[in-house]
Amino acid sequence: MALLEVENLQTHFRTPDGINRAVDGVNFHVNAGETVAIVGESGCGKSVTAMSILRLIPEPPGKIAGAIRFNGKNLLEASDKEMRAIRGNEISMIFQEPMTSLNPVLTVGRQIGETLRLHQGLSAQEAEDRAVEMLNLVGIPEAKRRVREYPHQLSGGMRQRVMIAIALACNPKLLIADEPTTALDVTIQAQILELMKDLKHRVGAAIVLITHDLGVVAEVAERVIVMYAGRKVEEAAVGPLFRNPRHPYTQGLLGSMPKLGSSLTGEETRLAEIPGLVPSLKKKIPGCVFASRCPKVTDLCTQYAPALEEKAPGHVAACHYALREEVVAA
Amino acid sequence: MSTPILQVNDLKKHFPIKAGFLGGTTGYVYAVDGVSFDIMKGETLSLVGESGCGKSTVGKALLRLFPLTGGQVILGGDRIDDMPNGTLRPLRRKMQVVFQDPFSSLNPRMRVRDILAEPIRNFGLAKDSADLEQRLEGLMDKVRLPRDAINRWPHEFSGGQRQRIGIARALAGEPDLIICDEAVSALDVSVKAQIVNLLQDLQTELGLAMLFISHDLAIVEHMTHRVAVMYLGKIVEVAPKRSLFGAPKHPYTEALLSAVPVPMPGAQRERIILKGDVPSPINPPKGCRFHTRCPYAFDRCRTEEPQLRPVADALAEGHIAACHLHDRPAAENPLAGAKGAQLLALG
Repeated sequence: MALLEVENLQTHFRTPDGINRAVDGVNFHVNAGETVAIVGESGCGKSVTAMSILRLIPEPPGKIAGAIRFNGKNLLEASDKEMRAIRGNEISMIFQEPMTSLNPVLTVGRQIGETLRLHQGLSAQEAEDRAVEMLNLVGIPEAKRRVREYPHQLSGGMRQRVMIAIALACNPKLLIADEPTTALDVTIQAQILELMKDLKHRVGAAIVLITHDLGVVAEVAERVIVMYAGRKVEEAAVGPLFRNPRHPYTQGLLGSMPKLGSSLTGEETRLAEIPGLVPSLKKKIPGCVFASRCPKVTDLCTQYAPALEEKAPGHVAACHYALREEVVAA
Repeated sequence: MSTPILQVNDLKKHFPIKAGFLGGTTGYVYAVDGVSFDIMKGETLSLVGESGCGKSTVGKALLRLFPLTGGQVILGGDRIDDMPNGTLRPLRRKMQVVFQDPFSSLNPRMRVRDILAEPIRNFGLAKDSADLEQRLEGLMDKVRLPRDAINRWPHEFSGGQRQRIGIARALAGEPDLIICDEAVSALDVSVKAQIVNLLQDLQTELGLAMLFISHDLAIVEHMTHRVAVMYLGKIVEVAPKRSLFGAPKHPYTEALLSAVPVPMPGAQRERIILKGDVPSPINPPKGCRFHTRCPYAFDRCRTEEPQLRPVADALAEGHIAACHLHDRPAAENPLAGAKGAQLLALG
C-alpha cells in the first residue's frame, strides 16, 4: 500500500462568476521514502492539490471531493481534531515564502519547539534543546545563539532552513514542499536542494515537491506528475519524462526552456512557443484541456477528453495522439 | 556594432542610512561601487548577479531615476550624469525601460491607447493625429497584439500581454537602447519564451541595443551577446557569452554556473556549493569582496582588491575578470582552461 493515495481529487471554489475547477479529478500516489514532483505553470492547480492534502483549503468557498488516503486513512473524513494531530506531525509542509510564513514576533526556537511541544509533549527546555539540534541538522552555524533570534535577523536562505527544521522536527512520514526554492537566489537554492537531498537520506521522509522549475525537478525528483488546467496530463519516472515526453504540453514546456550551455554546443535555436493562454477554469472544458493551444489538435480532441493511458511501462499521458511504446519502437 | 551607444565609467550609487529623529547619516549602503561598461549599437549586454548585488540599481541610475553618487554616463555622445533635468528630458527618448512586474508598471486608469500615446506626445514625435494613429497601430503590430485591443484597460490583459504593452510603451519613443530590468522573470515558462522571442525579433528588426538585467542564466545565455557578472556592487567579470559560459574566469561566475539546476536527470557535473550568504553592502569585506565565500581565497585576496583585467587564456577577445588567481602560474590556478562544459554537464 502506498503512503499517500489521492483518488479523483476535485477541489472547486465558488466564485461570484461561477465555479472555479482548480483541481478537477487528479489521481496519484506517493510511496514511503519517495520524491514525487508536481510541475506546471501558475494556475494549473499544483499548489491547491498540496493544500488539499492537508485540508488547508477554507471551506466554503472551497470544496474538496474525492479521497485522500494517508496510511489507508481517508483524510477527507477525518475530524478537525484528527487533522490537527496529523498536520506538522505525520505530514508537514514547507511554504514558498520564508518571509511571510514565519511568525515575526516569535523566536525561531519557539517556532520550532511549538510543534514538538504540541505533538510530542516536550517541556519548554526539552523543546529548546531539540530546536538547537534541528538547527544544527539543517546547517545553521551557531545554533545556540540563533535559536533565540527572530526571523528578521536571518537571511532568506537561513529562514528557509528554519522552515525545513520546523517541518522535520517531528520526523514526518511525508513532507510537502511548495516551491521551496523559488524565492531564493541560485547559489542559496543550490545549498537548500543539497540540504533536502541529504536530509532525505537521513530522515527517510517521502517528499511531494511542488515546483514550476524543471531544472529543480530533474535534480531531486524520482517521479514527475505534470499538471495542466487542474488535471494531470502526464506522469512518469524522471528519466523517461525528460528524455521522451509524450504529452504535447510537456514537450512544449521542455522546448520553451532555454538550455544552459547552448552557446557551447551550438544548439542556439529559437525557443519553442506554446501559443495562446491557459483556458479559464470557470467553464467546463468538454474535450482535452490542452486542445486550445496544442499543435496537433483535431476535432477528436475538442470533443472527447483523452483518458490517462499507459503509453509505456510506468509512463501515462492523457493524449489521443501520444505514441505508445510499441509504435515508438517500430 | 563598433560605436558605443552607452558608456558607463566608474558609476557609483551609495544610499545614506538615516537614523534617529534628527536624521543623521550613520552609514552608507554601497549598492553600486564603481561599475564601468559600454554597450555597442544593436548589442545586448546582460547584467547578472544575485539579489542585492546592485544590478537593478545600475539600471535605475542609468535612467537617472535618482541622483548618482559618482561616475560618468555617456549616452550617444552626450554626458547625461550631471545634466540638468530640463536638458535631459528630450534625451530620455533614446533610453527606455521595461520593468519586471507587468501588473504594477502600467497605470490601471489609462487605456492602452493613452499609455502608448503618452510618450509619443511627450517627445512630440507625431506630426498630426493621423500620424499618431498610424504609430499606435504600428506599435500594436510590433508587439503582436491585436489592433482592436488598443481601447481596452490593462486589467483586461494577462501577464504576458501586459508585458507586451510595456514593451510597446518602451518602443513608442523610438529608443536606441532599452533597459530590461528582469523583464521576463515574473512570467510563466511558456509565456516567457514568447516574450524572449519577441524581444529578439524586435532587436533584429529595429537594431536596438539592450541592457538585459536578469538573474536567470539560461535566458541570459540565450538572449545576449556579452555578459557582465556583478557581485556586491562591483562587476567581477565581463565576457562575450561563449567565453563566459565556456571558460568562466572568476570563482563567483564558476559557482553561479554550477549552481543552476539543469533539466537533465542524472547529469554528472562538478558542483560548487558556496558557503554562507552574500555579505552586507553596508560593510563590504576588505580586499576582494568575494573572498569570504570564495573556495580558492588566499592571503592576498583578503588585503588587496583585484582589478578587472584581460584574462590570458580566455576563449574569446574582450574577456576581463577581477581575480588574483590569474597572476599565478597556470598549474596553481584552478580557473585555468575551459571548465564550462563540466560545470554545465555537457558531457
